Amino acid sequence: MALFGRSLAAILGLSAMLAFGGAAEAKTTLNALFMAQAGYSESDVRAMTDAYLKDHPDVAVKLEFVPYEQLHDKITLAAGSGEGYDVVLYDVIWPAEFAENKILTDVTDRIDAKTKAEVEDGAWTTVYYKDKAYGMPWSVDSKYLFYNKEMLQKAGIAQPPKTWDELIADAKIIKQRGIVDYPIVWSWSQAEAVICDYAILLQAYGGKFLDDSGKPAFNKGGGLDALKFMANSIKDGVTNPHSTEYLEEDVRGVFSSGKAAFALNWTYMYGMANTNPKESQVVGKVGVVAPPGIAGKNPIGTVNGAMGLGIPESSKSKDAAWDYIKFLSSPAIEAKYAASSPPIWKSFYEEAAKQDRPDKDLMAAEAASFEALSNRPQVPEYQQFSARLQQAIQQALLGKATPEDALNAAASELSN
Amino acid sequence: MESRGRLLLLVPLLVVLVAVIGWPLVNTVWLSFTDTRLGGDAGSFIGLNNYIHAFAAPAFRRALFVTALFTIGTVGAEMLIGLGVGLLLDMDLWGRKFLRGLLIVPWALPTVVNAMCWRVMYNPDFGAVDAFFQQIGWIDEYRSWLGDPTTALIAIGLADIWKTFSLVALITLAGLQSVPKDLREAAAIDGAGPFARFRAVTLPVILAPLTIACVLRTIEAVKVFDIIWVMTRGGPLDSTKSLSILVYQEAFSFRHAGYGASLAMLSVALTLLLIGAYSRAVKMQKVA
Repeated sequence: MALFGRSLAAILGLSAMLAFGGAAEAKTTLNALFMAQAGYSESDVRAMTDAYLKDHPDVAVKLEFVPYEQLHDKITLAAGSGEGYDVVLYDVIWPAEFAENKILTDVTDRIDAKTKAEVEDGAWTTVYYKDKAYGMPWSVDSKYLFYNKEMLQKAGIAQPPKTWDELIADAKIIKQRGIVDYPIVWSWSQAEAVICDYAILLQAYGGKFLDDSGKPAFNKGGGLDALKFMANSIKDGVTNPHSTEYLEEDVRGVFSSGKAAFALNWTYMYGMANTNPKESQVVGKVGVVAPPGIAGKNPIGTVNGAMGLGIPESSKSKDAAWDYIKFLSSPAIEAKYAASSPPIWKSFYEEAAKQDRPDKDLMAAEAASFEALSNRPQVPEYQQFSARLQQAIQQALLGKATPEDALNAAASELSN
Repeated sequence: MESRGRLLLLVPLLVVLVAVIGWPLVNTVWLSFTDTRLGGDAGSFIGLNNYIHAFAAPAFRRALFVTALFTIGTVGAEMLIGLGVGLLLDMDLWGRKFLRGLLIVPWALPTVVNAMCWRVMYNPDFGAVDAFFQQIGWIDEYRSWLGDPTTALIAIGLADIWKTFSLVALITLAGLQSVPKDLREAAAIDGAGPFARFRAVTLPVILAPLTIACVLRTIEAVKVFDIIWVMTRGGPLDSTKSLSILVYQEAFSFRHAGYGASLAMLSVALTLLLIGAYSRAVKMQKVA
């Protein structure tokens, strides 16, 4: 009897173990790849994820963070090895490449009409390619013109410039009065950052990256004018010549230490430069507006810097991944972390316009920019396109070739 | 029987080596003859096309040139400075022990940390390098060292030399310990000057370890990636794009896995040549 009892206990114990083991196996684990740079910070993403896991005890999320420069290569490498992530953060310039090469899952059917209508149009370009959606937009961003209010005041300039020509004229006054050596600082390093600044000027000058047949058109009209503007601003001594080695963080360093009157940068610089005394010597002096335009061409220049969340084709937990993505991009979560990255929801900006917020200048710059967002080319070989164009732009900026020659050479190489 | 037993004990290690080195190597050789794209469908065999394309491509020739310049410049300077410092620290200096300890610091610093420190020092608006040169009157105004194609590679080279000359100095110091003291004293008594003593007594003993240090440093320099990636990522105007940076860009950014593999194989071939030189240096040491 005792033997029977012991056996029964053993069998029960074993079944209990199996049952619990089974339960543990049923728990879905999501591997997610994010960026540790600008936009939502690592601690933001961890906090959002913890909030999600509270209501989803059957899910576990493994988070991985990499610098922006590695994000693209991590995603393609994981696809190349046939395993890896269930959720990935990706940039607005990659959906064509990821769609054509079946790296991301088509989620068109998962997005309802209501969501489609409530999200900013510029945000949708991050995930749509040839009328199919490859994820959910997560943040929408553009670069704005930041200016040092105190310096403009000292130079007797009442309003921030509305056109790029005005900006150059203002910069010359600031330089002449000896307020700073180089009034404008840019991110013109051989990287994607220089393409973003160029895209803003190209739109202002009414140019195009590609013509309607998909051939390079940046070497004519507005595209050429934009590069001439950049090169001339170095020659005139108003652009900080060190810009050719700078990325966005270097621009923030120069502007925040009071060594520039004007700078182009993303949303994240506003809070850091204007309100954080640990990071900035110009607290309370930072103005921000949508980037200027060109008289007679375009009243504004912008660059779509939105990012999206997608599900790699190789993921085995696509439903769970989508549920997590929906939570991260929900209006409540996005509004909570709006200081890190502008939300994708139109309602957020409508609400913000009604309130008297301390960051209302930023809100106005965002609203004006998001209405006019310009895209970099949506081509599957974008990385190569961008690398060649970066080279051409730097050639002209460093005085190794005229803007015409540099852009013509790049255009003819890229059309082959 | 005993030797078979020994071989049997080596099997686990060999299996691991084949799995982590052998198989990827064979796979890379195969990839280099195909037009495989990363993340896309498997490519097809295209013979030597990737290699022909590489030799015709200005980007490859340019990267080869950048790599050669970096290697000759940094290894040359590291050998000279390392030898000098090694000889100096062998002398009866005040605080010699402390200085010898200090020598290990740059070598022990992770490359990425070293690269980031130097990037800050070279910063054209706040950097210590500009401040120093301006104060001693060499430059009128601050300039960009890493943003100018004529100075970027030199600036990275200096950062690399600072980090690695100490390895050569340490090897020199170790070699100098086996120079017989009485031989040096005898040479001095015989009236040999410092230079003659160095050439006839010291150099023959430390030549072999120095050769090995030189070859090892050359192999490292040919493969250079991390210090450039952190400081300039190959810019400005590709002036610091070494072979390894080019391989990374082609294979992972542009997803040309096949072409990237062929460039990597060419880089391996170059390294193999240097390993040949290394084996010869080792043999030479045995003879000595």
